[in-house]
Amino acid sequence: MDQNNNENYLLLKHLVKDFHDGRGNIVRAVDDIDLSINRGELVTLLGPSGCGKTTTLRMIAGFEVQTAGDIVLNGKKINNVPAFNRNMPMVFQSYALFPHLSIFENIAYGLKLRKMPKEAIRNDVAMAAQMVNLVGLEDRYPGELSGGQQQRVALARALVLKPDIILFDEPLSNLDAKLRIQTRTEIRRVQQLLGITALYVTHDQSEALSISDTIVIMNNGKIVQTGSPEDIYNHPASPFVSDFIGNANFFDGKVSGSDEQFLKVSMLGSEVHIPQRVITDDFQVGEEVSLAIKPEAVVVAPGEGSFQGKIEVSSFIGATTEYKVEYADGFLTAIHPNTHGEVQNYRFGQEVSFSFKSEFFRVYHK
Amino acid sequence: MTTTHTLRPPKNKFYQLTREPALLIGVIAIFFLLGLFILYPLFTAIRMSLTPEGVLTGEVYRQLFSQSRYIKAIRNSILLGTIVATTATIIGFIFAYAITRARIGGRRFFQGMALLPIISPPFMFALSVILLFGRNGLITAKLLGMDMANIYGLKGLVIVQTIGMFPIAYMTLSGILQGIDPDLETSAMNLGAKRFRVFRTVTLPLAFPGIFASWLLVFVTSLTDFGNPIIIGGEFDVLSVQAYLEFTGMGNLPRGTALAILLLVPTVGVFFVQKHIMKNKSYITVTGKSSRRSSATTTPLLNLSLTIICGIIAGFVLLFYITIISGSFIKLWGVNWSFTLEHFAYSWDVGLRTMKNTLLLAIISTPITAFFGMAISYIVVRKDFPGKHLMEFLSLLSYAIPGTAVGISYILAFNKAPFELSGTAFILITCYVFRNVPIGVEGGIAALKQISDEIEESSINLGATSSVTFRKITLPLIRPAFFSGATFAFVRSMTAISAIIFLVSARWNHMTVLILAQTEIMRLGVASVMSFALIVIIMAFIFIIMKLTGLGREQIFGTTQ
Repeated sequence: MDQNNNENYLLLKHLVKDFHDGRGNIVRAVDDIDLSINRGELVTLLGPSGCGKTTTLRMIAGFEVQTAGDIVLNGKKINNVPAFNRNMPMVFQSYALFPHLSIFENIAYGLKLRKMPKEAIRNDVAMAAQMVNLVGLEDRYPGELSGGQQQRVALARALVLKPDIILFDEPLSNLDAKLRIQTRTEIRRVQQLLGITALYVTHDQSEALSISDTIVIMNNGKIVQTGSPEDIYNHPASPFVSDFIGNANFFDGKVSGSDEQFLKVSMLGSEVHIPQRVITDDFQVGEEVSLAIKPEAVVVAPGEGSFQGKIEVSSFIGATTEYKVEYADGFLTAIHPNTHGEVQNYRFGQEVSFSFKSEFFRVYHK
Repeated sequence: MTTTHTLRPPKNKFYQLTREPALLIGVIAIFFLLGLFILYPLFTAIRMSLTPEGVLTGEVYRQLFSQSRYIKAIRNSILLGTIVATTATIIGFIFAYAITRARIGGRRFFQGMALLPIISPPFMFALSVILLFGRNGLITAKLLGMDMANIYGLKGLVIVQTIGMFPIAYMTLSGILQGIDPDLETSAMNLGAKRFRVFRTVTLPLAFPGIFASWLLVFVTSLTDFGNPIIIGGEFDVLSVQAYLEFTGMGNLPRGTALAILLLVPTVGVFFVQKHIMKNKSYITVTGKSSRRSSATTTPLLNLSLTIICGIIAGFVLLFYITIISGSFIKLWGVNWSFTLEHFAYSWDVGLRTMKNTLLLAIISTPITAFFGMAISYIVVRKDFPGKHLMEFLSLLSYAIPGTAVGISYILAFNKAPFELSGTAFILITCYVFRNVPIGVEGGIAALKQISDEIEESSINLGATSSVTFRKITLPLIRPAFFSGATFAFVRSMTAISAIIFLVSARWNHMTVLILAQTEIMRLGVASVMSFALIVIIMAFIFIIMKLTGLGREQIFGTTQ
């Protein structure tokens, strides 16, 4: 195997993890996962809580032993390498800083274990501290720092080891919204700058979309879709992904016809024409289907139209306004951009019509 | 956090044991020791009380409940316990409220005064009360000119036990009050409640489980107290003293044992109730949020009243200490007030050897207790094996066994082969270790539970093996709990009496037993000197521990900042 191979740098092969739930049942937390990660790539494991993403990460770190399957790093199986020899520093959700050690000692912890000379340790720690903007705080203790600063110490503690891979376990979930965005940008910048391979676990889709080279969506222990952020966002492969990534609106429909240009689907007592170029599967006329469409592709307009509804909630977010619209069969969400103040805002209780940008429909077999 | 954290890896509970032989040996050894030194003696004592002549009979207990003398002792014990639990809890609450909630001055001083009784010999206050209010008391005879004042009995006991035991309530309640988010009180005020209403409808109900728990704790402490009633009880018979008199005085072993077992019933009951109540508050992690003191709920007038009440109580504590110190230098208290050093000379002659032995045994048993406690808590928190909860329960259980019952059951269990230990230093050391280990176990468990798994994992993840992680991360983090456990073990070994009075011998005597003997023959000056010396040694030990470890009072005694 080529040592400098940049592809398939980290491979997961048929990885399985079973847990006992304490009541005598076996729960399969990770179910036969195959994944390939290239060198220098930032790959996100994204999914709802309990989907197996953290367990996967912990198996890679060596904290959990897989029930079956292999973990291969750079062509070598590392199944039996103990956690302390894997050299894959992890940034924990709780940061897991050592409360009795100063910031300097926290960052230097891994270097000291590697028996580096004192002078080199001091240099490396200084560099890492500078990289994550912690200069001047080295003598403080974790308890004296803010959440954001603690986060950066955890990052510096991992970076200072000049690792081949860094693992992130929901590193931003304890930060407030603004700091989250700042820090994820920071993580992405440093990762690209140093060309580090990173595996990043999160349940926040906007976080995943904004920093990843590749997103791996997991559900019930299985990988349900792998792809670039754009790919995943625009072409969700299943209703689950549609819902999880785009908060899509779902409708039941029935294929009423198909020609060169359009797939015709009847729904909500009317018919929508979906361009064939966005249809990936074959559908039979008469087949019952599910349709998903993102809120951004729902257009609300005043007056009469093919679909009628009533504004239930109108929330002005800033760049956009989000509407919850009540219609005959339930509720749907629509998001309108607010450009140049020339937008019309609809009020609570107002009768409206709505329509769909039909090229954004995703059609799924029932 | 994902749900996987609540799931356990698929392994047989025995699996970890078979993979780690050291753990297996450790678990077996701990169970063996807990069984031998906690369960076996207890079992022996119960057998003695139920089968005095080799046949199972309830006769001994029937006699206890039919003779007025014992019924009276039972009633007295309960009466005393009820009064003291109430007064001590009220004072403890006031102290806790003043120190954690109100913005009164001199908090550190009041805190110190609330800790002093905890590190004092058990009957020190009884001794000072005799010096102050007794027949020749400084206040009763000298200042008030009363003839034949009688402080012996219920009222004397209530005074000394209240002063001696309110710190127990204070320590329990300050933890509880600190756990109540001040924002709750602020928010009640914000909703329109007046200060007293906030206190009545928010603070008090939230603190109630703690108040109840502390009441129970003081109740059993009073019930099982031996040192004070034997000195100042007078005609007021209580169970612990009766058990002692029956057992050693009358030589009626079954009846003495049965009386001690009567004490065991409420203490074990309270142990369970208390564990249940405190379960939810035990492990408050320091988050750095909402730790600010709420000052909004107290007024200057309330602060002044709190200061005055705390001042009076603290004054009493101080007065009792000053009395003991003065008593050491006065020729014949109440009769001849001239200065003398002869009590010191006499104590030196009579007590030096005993003091050396007392100190020696305390110093031997302290590290054993502390290490044993840490080992149990570490295994219980971090390892998985069958019987883990039983181990935790057994190691904490000895806390619930009254000293009198421990002493009697040890002497019954270990007076013949294969465990012929009576009269040896070993039996005293074992008694200290097993009686004091629960404090270390409890502190250790609390400390270990505060160290998240992620902290240890992150050390391993950065390249440290488990043993390096234990040395560099876990050990330093549980260090305060270790030294806190060690300090309590030392203090309690130095001030033990109720159990060890059955176990001491001419070769291995204990200072407290010697002081008791001096008090009984009314050599109050000598008793004062010896008590004074005990306190000085205990304080010196605590001072040295604090200097060597750099730990503060708060960390050693687990009190609030």
